[in-house]
Amino acid sequence: MNKTSFLGQSLVAGVMAASLPLMAGQAQASDYTIDTEGQHAFVQFKVSHLGYSYILGEFKEFSGDFSYDEGKPEASSVNVKVDVDSLDSAHAERDKHLKSADFLDVSQYPTATFASTGFKTTGDGAGKLTGDLTLHGKTQPITIDVDHIGGGEDPWGGYRQGFEGTTTLKLADYGIDTSKLGPTAATVDLYLVIEGIRQ
Amino acid sequence: MWRNSRRGWGWPVIVMHWLSALAIFGLFALGWWMTSLGYYDPWYKLGPWWHKSVGISLFALTVLRLIWRHLQITPQAHGTRNEQRAAFVGHVLLYVLLLLIMASGYLISTADGRGISVFGLFEVPALITGLKDQATLAGDVHWYASCGLVILSLGHAAVALKHHLLDEQDTLRRMIWPLR
Repeated sequence: MNKTSFLGQSLVAGVMAASLPLMAGQAQASDYTIDTEGQHAFVQFKVSHLGYSYILGEFKEFSGDFSYDEGKPEASSVNVKVDVDSLDSAHAERDKHLKSADFLDVSQYPTATFASTGFKTTGDGAGKLTGDLTLHGKTQPITIDVDHIGGGEDPWGGYRQGFEGTTTLKLADYGIDTSKLGPTAATVDLYLVIEGIRQ
Repeated sequence: MWRNSRRGWGWPVIVMHWLSALAIFGLFALGWWMTSLGYYDPWYKLGPWWHKSVGISLFALTVLRLIWRHLQITPQAHGTRNEQRAAFVGHVLLYVLLLLIMASGYLISTADGRGISVFGLFEVPALITGLKDQATLAGDVHWYASCGLVILSLGHAAVALKHHLLDEQDTLRRMIWPLR
């Protein structure tokens, strides 16, 4: 550990200690809205291409909120709604195919939702977020590995918390047939960056 | 033999008509087949390459065809007054659908700013890109308009046969050989 981050940690600890009496009077958990207005949140995916490389893409439109209490992270909860139609893999013809009835069938299932059911801390800001993901009309329980990146006051008078998360989905679980794409495309990795503004 | 007359079509019209018919039915079959191919099929990339190259060529031919038709007289239409009116509307609709299909096909492939390569010789640049859901919506138009064109073309052929067989007129013959 270098000096700067040690100093940073001491500072955070100092500030937290100083604000403890203040926090005691507040509601325990705070509600945050995902900052989609400033777009400080990303829902990205990665799928193998032939087993030789990857296709990267993202869902550009989504919304959600979460409840988070630094002192009691187990009580956290998250709800996110993704506009599946906003899929973008930087190639319109591929997006058209992925959104067609062959795969995501967006006209039939325009939204995907995630509703958390629990959160377990594994220490050092990390944890496992469990919840129900509804995609392609099918709901499956998933676990997202979450890391608390940071949080605090922003320069514009607000208060923010940021997290990143990763999980892997088996597309067949959601009734999406990837057999024509080869065995390496059976799973998709998701990478989520979620920054929330306290309400 | 080159120019149209009151009785029949000239060679350019006849050749362009049958080339278009061949291209339209070929493109329809190819388009239908290629969109059903699996990712590992050798034709997965080759099918669209031919479809786009022939499609752009057909557009060039159609522009030429419309200009030529505009410069030439049109042979006397056969049948009753109502049949002539129906024929006119049908022919205009054939051209409208054809142009709609070509425009929508172009908008699918250029939705993200990529151009369309024509037989690897040159590239047609993208002009309109990034509209909301451009590729998907243009794809829907492309498919339904194509189905409409194929059905209308079959009707077009059926009516030509009706003129030939039942009315014993030279409607079909004059689209095969120029009449003076």
